[in-house]
Amino acid sequence: MPAITETREQVEKLGQSSYKWGFETDIEMDVAPKGLNEDTIRLISARKEEPDWLLEWRLAAFRVWQTMTEPTWAKVTYPPIDYQDVHYYAAPRKKPGPKSLDEVDPELLRTYEKLGIPLHEQALLAGVEVPEGEEARLPVAVDAVFDSVSVATTFRKTLAEAGVIFCPISEAVRDHPDLVRKYLGSVVPAGDNFYAALNAAVFTDGSFVFIPKGVRCPMELSTYFRINARNTGQFERTLIVVEDGASVSYLEGCTAPMRDENQLHAAVVELVAMENASIKYSTVQNWYPGDENGLGGIYNFVTKRGACRGAKSKISWTQVETGSAITWKYPSCILQGEGSVGEFYSVAVTNNYQQADTGTKMIHIGKNTRSTIIAKTISAGHSDSTYRGLVRMLPKASNARNFTQCDSLLIGDRCGAHTVPYIENRNMSARIEHEATTSKISEDQMFYCRQRGLSQEDAVGLIVNGFCKDVLKELPMEFAVEAQKLLQISLEGSVG
Amino acid sequence: MSELLKISGLHASIDADGIPKEILRGVDLVVPPGEVHAIMGPNGCGKSTLSYVLAGREEYDVTAGSVSFMGQDLLAMEPEERAAAGLFLAFQAPVELPGVNNANFLRTAVNAVRRARGEPELDAVGFLKTVRAATKNLSMSDDMLKRNVNVGFSGGEKKRNEVLQMTMLQPKLAILDETDSGLDVDALRIVAEGVKNLRSPDFSALVITHHQRLLEYLGPDRIHVMVRGRIVRSGGPELAKQIDVEGYASFLTEAA
Amino acid sequence: MNALAPSGRSLAPFEARLSGVHDVERKSAAGDLARTGLPGPRVEAWHYTNLRALSGHVFAESDVLFDEKEARAVLASVIPEGSIFEKLPRLVLVNGRIAPGLSSSTASLPEGVSWSSFASAPDFGTQTSPQRDPLVALNTALASDGMQLSVATGVKAGQVLLVSLALSSSGVVSFHPRHNVALAPEASLTLIEISAGNDGQELYFHNPVLTCSLAEGAHLEHVKLQQEAGNAIHLATVYADIAGHATYESFTLTLGSALARHEVHASLAGAHAAVHVNGAQLLGNTQVGDITSVITHSAPDCISRQTVRNVLTDRSRAVFQGKVLVERVAQKTDGYQMNQALLLSPTAEIDAKPELEIYADDVRCSHGATVGALDEEQLFYLRSRGIAGAQARQMLVEAFLIEATDLVRDEVARTLLDGALADALLNRITAEERGS
Ligand SMILES: Nc1ncnc2c1ncn2[C@@H]1O[C@H](COP(=O)(O)OP(=O)(O)O)[C@@H](O)[C@H]1O
Ligand SMILES: [Mg+2]
Repeated sequence: MPAITETREQVEKLGQSSYKWGFETDIEMDVAPKGLNEDTIRLISARKEEPDWLLEWRLAAFRVWQTMTEPTWAKVTYPPIDYQDVHYYAAPRKKPGPKSLDEVDPELLRTYEKLGIPLHEQALLAGVEVPEGEEARLPVAVDAVFDSVSVATTFRKTLAEAGVIFCPISEAVRDHPDLVRKYLGSVVPAGDNFYAALNAAVFTDGSFVFIPKGVRCPMELSTYFRINARNTGQFERTLIVVEDGASVSYLEGCTAPMRDENQLHAAVVELVAMENASIKYSTVQNWYPGDENGLGGIYNFVTKRGACRGAKSKISWTQVETGSAITWKYPSCILQGEGSVGEFYSVAVTNNYQQADTGTKMIHIGKNTRSTIIAKTISAGHSDSTYRGLVRMLPKASNARNFTQCDSLLIGDRCGAHTVPYIENRNMSARIEHEATTSKISEDQMFYCRQRGLSQEDAVGLIVNGFCKDVLKELPMEFAVEAQKLLQISLEGSVG
Repeated sequence: MSELLKISGLHASIDADGIPKEILRGVDLVVPPGEVHAIMGPNGCGKSTLSYVLAGREEYDVTAGSVSFMGQDLLAMEPEERAAAGLFLAFQAPVELPGVNNANFLRTAVNAVRRARGEPELDAVGFLKTVRAATKNLSMSDDMLKRNVNVGFSGGEKKRNEVLQMTMLQPKLAILDETDSGLDVDALRIVAEGVKNLRSPDFSALVITHHQRLLEYLGPDRIHVMVRGRIVRSGGPELAKQIDVEGYASFLTEAA
Repeated sequence: MNALAPSGRSLAPFEARLSGVHDVERKSAAGDLARTGLPGPRVEAWHYTNLRALSGHVFAESDVLFDEKEARAVLASVIPEGSIFEKLPRLVLVNGRIAPGLSSSTASLPEGVSWSSFASAPDFGTQTSPQRDPLVALNTALASDGMQLSVATGVKAGQVLLVSLALSSSGVVSFHPRHNVALAPEASLTLIEISAGNDGQELYFHNPVLTCSLAEGAHLEHVKLQQEAGNAIHLATVYADIAGHATYESFTLTLGSALARHEVHASLAGAHAAVHVNGAQLLGNTQVGDITSVITHSAPDCISRQTVRNVLTDRSRAVFQGKVLVERVAQKTDGYQMNQALLLSPTAEIDAKPELEIYADDVRCSHGATVGALDEEQLFYLRSRGIAGAQARQMLVEAFLIEATDLVRDEVARTLLDGALADALLNRITAEERGS
């Protein structure tokens, strides 16, 4: 289970701070020296025993990166980042990629348990207690990435029987080199943008998923990312390829310890959907957001993109963004296949001094392509939250459709909520509809809830969850329940 | 305790474009346990304001007077504390909560109140059983539980939803602010039944209404007439009949 | 993030004239311009509208002398003789300079209304920001003439026409008129601004700046008809400072020029002020029409409304950028923005960027955008009633645009726009029929 499955009761035991995932694991680490240069890249590549082509790919990306400048168009401000003051590799000192769970450091297993992610298949299969009134959960296969490496991947055997490949990407490079080589960088090229180039140069681990023709993945797949080491960046890379008529639902969760310094996270996710394939990608992003004075927190610069290559393929992004000091993230869909479908459902919550600039791009290339964007932005405290989205209809996108709904909610008068849509249409038969609203929680609603006995915080939580309902209902069941609690925790201290 | 609710010399005003506007100008009222009282009065005399002030709405400034509820200083309590203490307000205009599921809202409220009262919370099954029984009594379809709170409800559905909440929260004092307005005869009877079902030595109601019909169903113990922010006359049920025939004209001069 | 200096476009088209300016304000503006250059595509505000059309020319100052007959003919094309518009007080500029012979006399102005020429006493005012807006800097550096109009306290001034004609010059020219309208408390005015050019002449560039200041309770309706020559470049900037309880209502109808931008900066500075920035564009050929606005709510209880409709044929392209900025103090803001476009050709394009930047929590702001083709169902309905082809399309297009011009409150001004629109549509449709 992802981190957010922690019930609030469990969470309260962990500490009094409102960020409940902020503990640190004391474990022996293998850490590369600080700094970014070709040697660092060679070292990463060597540690991972990579083939030459991949090293060359990394080095090429690095050279491109050196010519690039950080993007400045997003509505976020932060002091300059010293890219030489970061460790680019940190791994628990144990052979990476253990063959079985018995080989995993028990301290790590305890960490994941504490986060609410038991990695013992046994425990999962035995069925964790099912709370009354809730459906029994299906098992979820988990890839646990701790700093720079994957420490465990569960249910591999069950998945292999179905023909599904689910493993750390470093392992896929070794075991499925042709597949990786064919698709790596095919959606997000190495030089796509500043952070994507950085990731291509130094990515350490992440998940690889391959669903062959006609296979419906028998269980939800999930990756759980944890930053633990100090002064390290996390640069994971995820690649999901779904062949004709196949489908998968993939979940992603993440947390980090509370620290005063900012830590860098620059991930790349590439999705490929072939004919009639479908990918549902859900994220609950809960990196450490910094404290109530804006000290510390993760800088989250992420490039996520999906290519709907085949006709009638579908990619659906759902994200609940509550963490990180800074979020810079635009999960996108390239709708190339005729009749392909892109969806983006997002809730972004900022509190205290968090800043989020997030949204999506829907690039309609093929005929009859359709996209839906539902973005809910909630700002509280001194935070700033921006929805930034692009809808582009290219000349061949006949009869393409887009519907966009962006709603912002402000809690308190020290925060900001912004909406910046870019709408471009070059096809006369394409239709675009865009709606946006900004409002606050009305006094009437608050009073009504409190008259019925709800505390202010519970009332805010309830109204906010109602506001986000259209997005939350897109999440897999157990994620949705936990995401609701997370929303409320994130907004703690924002009223009253 | 001979009084459940005691309002003494209550003055309240609201900020209207920077200028305080006094609406309640010295309300005195006592409701003993187990009784049903009615407040009648012309539009704009301050009936809803009184109900909001009793429920703790922050926009109103209480400038003088006191209110005790079950021996406690009601005005010192937060709205949710008043709810937990057993004060329920059926809103004249129930509020819509988009995206908030009605059943979920009800369960959250019931459990918040139960927690505060030191009672065990209802689990999903227990809650469902109670709520089903209640909706049936009110001739409400289960469908209304699945919808969002008051969103897209007709006027009558909203009022019935208020009565459902009242039934579930088991208040000591229910203030019904024109809950009968805009209801057809059948709906009115159902709402009245809803209140009557709660009648017990432990339950009182303060019914704000313009109509004799609801009072006929409920059999009120006392009628209070409010004019320009004051209770100008109190009496037995015959007062309601008099108003039904003559209107408020004779009371207006009393207030001056 | 720390904004990087944008890589601007070369100032070569104006270099010689810019180096010749002397007084302090013009020099400072020329200096601003030298730092930024003309805006290039990497400047966010010019992301969708490319100024490359300015490159490759040297824009000379326009001739002072003009052909009176030509002037009367162009004037009559926008203000037909004998029409109600002819009777309105008007100030006519030819190639950026006031032409007294074509203008009404000062005596014809209603009491409490006065105008003077910018040239007689240049005053740039304090409303503009040449540092941030290169086209305003260009205007500031090179402005030669313009209208300075004021309406006294409480005076209901009725309609005044401001006509800008572009006549044949001896080469590629540009003019940069500077207009200012000041309304005293409770004053009201309808300003009808018409830009027209003589087709068939050489390329010209019209770069007006209009500053409007509205005192408490004033009401300005600003209606603009842009009917420049087909090859012209028209880049206009309007600043409106709106005091408490005052209203600035504007409508711009874009029909002419190859490249046009109407940019409005409206600032709601006092409580209960209101602004309407509406418009319509009917574009064909390879025209580019851009309506850009920045509406700043700096006071509580203000209203902003924006409705823009675009109809695009051929290879034309429309741009709509609308930003509503709500500052912290601007509680109870009510903002609404709607941009709609009809694409009538497979090669037309619309780019829209409706933007909300909000720092106050008690606000109601919304925007919407729809883009599409003519409604098939409506077309079918018309066909079933015997109306088909170009005529049916024209009917629906006209209805679509008339719904926009309906927002113009002043009846005289609305009549003028609807007339111009009907003529333009008729020309388009006949052209289409000839083509098919
Ligand atoms: N929020 C408010 N702002 C200004 N005036 C108010 C407000 N609420 C109530 N009032 C005024 O107070 C008076 C009493 O209103 P109300 O209590 O609703 O009367 P009733 O319920 O008896 O019809 C009316 O004159 C009403 O206009
Ligand atoms: Mg009332």
